[in-house]
Amino acid sequence: MVLEFRDEGIYCPAGRFHIDPWRPVDRALVTHGHADHAYEGHRHYLATHAAAPVMRHRLGEIDLEGVAYGEVRDIHGVRVSFHPAGHVPGSAQIRIEHRGEVWVVSGDYKTTPDGLSEPWEPVRCDAFITECTFGLPVFDWLTDAELAAQIDDWWRANRATGRHSAIGAYALGKAQRVMTMVDASIGPILTHGAVENTNAVLRRQGVALPDTIRMTPETDLKAHPGALVVAPPSALAGPWLRRFGPVSTAIASGWMALRGVRRRRAADRGFVVSDHADWAGLNMAVRETGAERVFATHGYTAVFRQWLEEQGYDAQIVSTEYGDELLETEEAEV
Amino acid sequence: MKRFADLFTALDRTTRTLAKTAALTAYFEEAPDADRLWTIALLSGRRPKRTVNATRLSEWAAEVAGLPMWLFQASYDVVGDLAETIHLVLPDAEAAPDRSLSEWIADIRALAAQPEPDRKAWILRSWTELDGAERFVFNKLITGGFRVGVSQKLMTRALSRATGVEEAELAHRLMGNWTPETTSYAALITAPDPEADLSRPYPFCLAYGLEGGPAELGPAEDWIAEWKWDGIRGQLILRGGQHHLWSRGEELMTDRFPEFARAADFLPDGTVLDGEILAWDAETRRPMGFSALQTRIGRKTVSRKVLAEAPVILRTYDLLEEDGADLRALPFAERRARFVALIAALPPEAPVALSPVVDFAAWDTLAPIRETARAAQAEGLMLKRKTAPYHVGRKKGDWWKWKLDPLTIDAVMVYAQAGHGRRANLYTDFTFAVWKGEELVPFTKAYSGLTDAEFRRITHWVRRNTLARFGPVRQVPPEHVFEIGFEGIQKSTRHKSGVALRFPRMLRWRDDKPVAEANTHADLLQMLEQYG
Repeated sequence: MVLEFRDEGIYCPAGRFHIDPWRPVDRALVTHGHADHAYEGHRHYLATHAAAPVMRHRLGEIDLEGVAYGEVRDIHGVRVSFHPAGHVPGSAQIRIEHRGEVWVVSGDYKTTPDGLSEPWEPVRCDAFITECTFGLPVFDWLTDAELAAQIDDWWRANRATGRHSAIGAYALGKAQRVMTMVDASIGPILTHGAVENTNAVLRRQGVALPDTIRMTPETDLKAHPGALVVAPPSALAGPWLRRFGPVSTAIASGWMALRGVRRRRAADRGFVVSDHADWAGLNMAVRETGAERVFATHGYTAVFRQWLEEQGYDAQIVSTEYGDELLETEEAEV
Repeated sequence: MKRFADLFTALDRTTRTLAKTAALTAYFEEAPDADRLWTIALLSGRRPKRTVNATRLSEWAAEVAGLPMWLFQASYDVVGDLAETIHLVLPDAEAAPDRSLSEWIADIRALAAQPEPDRKAWILRSWTELDGAERFVFNKLITGGFRVGVSQKLMTRALSRATGVEEAELAHRLMGNWTPETTSYAALITAPDPEADLSRPYPFCLAYGLEGGPAELGPAEDWIAEWKWDGIRGQLILRGGQHHLWSRGEELMTDRFPEFARAADFLPDGTVLDGEILAWDAETRRPMGFSALQTRIGRKTVSRKVLAEAPVILRTYDLLEEDGADLRALPFAERRARFVALIAALPPEAPVALSPVVDFAAWDTLAPIRETARAAQAEGLMLKRKTAPYHVGRKKGDWWKWKLDPLTIDAVMVYAQAGHGRRANLYTDFTFAVWKGEELVPFTKAYSGLTDAEFRRITHWVRRNTLARFGPVRQVPPEHVFEIGFEGIQKSTRHKSGVALRFPRMLRWRDDKPVAEANTHADLLQMLEQYG
């Protein structure tokens, strides 16, 4: 086996490195900077140049080496390269080649371009380890243009009735995607501190984002009527939101496709914005890798495995400690 | 259907009562009468009869979507709603001319008379003609389940604003046996004939739970206390030589409880009583417990044997109509005096009996009486203000239920299953066990009682601590103790533990308690002995 599934994470015995391990290891190859993939405590990190600044911002002083997309590294005779995953800026799939056999670890990925993340590319391989957070045929994303129109309409209508529009979106990735997707000419965009800190990191590395205003206790809200407020979802549930007065709330998440989950969140609106692949995206990705063996990790693994098996793949389930989008968006992030 | 789908979307999108009322009022002001009538019906639980069965619909949707049946089913398990699952898996529709809600419903009802191939063709065509919220609403109509998060009270308020008819009066007009097929908007709302429906019940007066003690309710002498019975709330109507029995959920239960046919032998025509239906032991003159009554619930026809083993009576605690006159505005003490006069002297074979007053001198003497409720086969006390009218629906201030604290037991979580619908991506359905020697014996499931944050925490843990999978069920290591609360305990031959609990739920996550200190099977059996 090129890769093994161990208690501490996915391991390459020949190359003596781990991929997205959740317990401290010697050498970790990390697909992207979300907390359930980039854990603290490893001795040495390897990630894309574009993922590195956010990881440093979150994990502090770490021994982190950057690598370009497509650049091939030799680690103890194992050829390793990182390829765009389209999930968040800097996110990667990791290709591992040993003695002519190629494995790919997808990390989290989204197959449709969003104008912000490096667009996903299929990577041919023999074995593909894929997430399947939204691995059910009920998940079928709208295009970004359709989503943008929905969010713009909501924002405009709120502004017309003298209300602010507060949208809950994960601080890394989703928040920036929302602010680049909307029509910034509608009004000002205010940001929660956690979002603005990530914005600052991304702007420094050259990611183009619209102008935003960081919310502080001193911010005069009357000076910004009808603003779009971008905050982590947890902030929408807390006292932070109260100072806005009349405000309409929304959550941006793939889970908003389900009416029940939308209602549980008790926000006024739920926009189906996801940085994961939908059902069609997952199937397309698996097909395009040309892999015969597929390992399903976090998400609807049992369903997706059975489906793949019926499509003629050698499919298995692997337990990992990667979170799912819901837990990401619902857990506090400061 | 577009207007109705827009209303549905507006109601579904907001949690604000004001916004919901405004959307409904605007709809009732604009929509044609036939659509108004159907909307009132749908929002008060009067759905068109199912004309296509759920299995066929699932098969057709899976076929159109190109999915194997097991995958459709797995999706349905997560989504938790058939109409929504179908809507989500179907390909996008093409636009078609708009037709009204009542026209669509007429077509759906006409399906009943058609052979299956025609039904299928019509449904498949409709799926291609309706998009977005319209298709979802359509699926809701054909699957017969329609819940919008709008209470009947809110709907009544909006209708009152749109029509100018007073809210309480409307609430009464909307009660009873009508369907859009048997009435018209005018006959129901604008010009009703009070004689048209002799079975029409009054809206039930409902109580709030009393938090803390009764001391804040003011002087004890202003109040009457009664036992709170553990049965089925019922309204018995004797009018025009006939009798009708209604449940609180506005279900007509007359045929299910034939005992009440004899009520007319003991009570005058033009009488309406409110009370609790209880399985009744005529010899001891005591209720038989909910397990006996359970043999009568859900049965449309009752066998002689069941009838003999669990006969029921109505323990009366209010009088809403006497000699055909609506008494609801009278003070409760006055209504009570009137029904005592009607019922107190009835012979034991009458199917109605009095729910007695629980005498007490002061609030602090009532608390210890409440503690004896289980011995009296009650769930606690009801407190009613002597001067109170019989309100429409739930209104704070005059009626309070003061229930006993639940029975509790500390149990170990052993299995977890994901919820569906609102809880689609969380583990919320758990099986709990108690110790029997070294072994853990499962004895109950519970689904509710934790906060969303706690459900997320336990979900996180379940995902990382799965020992085995049995379909959707995951076995987890015995590491977490929960305090389980329940209202009653019965012997059960269906469960390995030998007991069945009534209303089990999680009261607390006992983070502080080691697994070894959870309760034992012997503790359960002792509770069965004491309370069963």
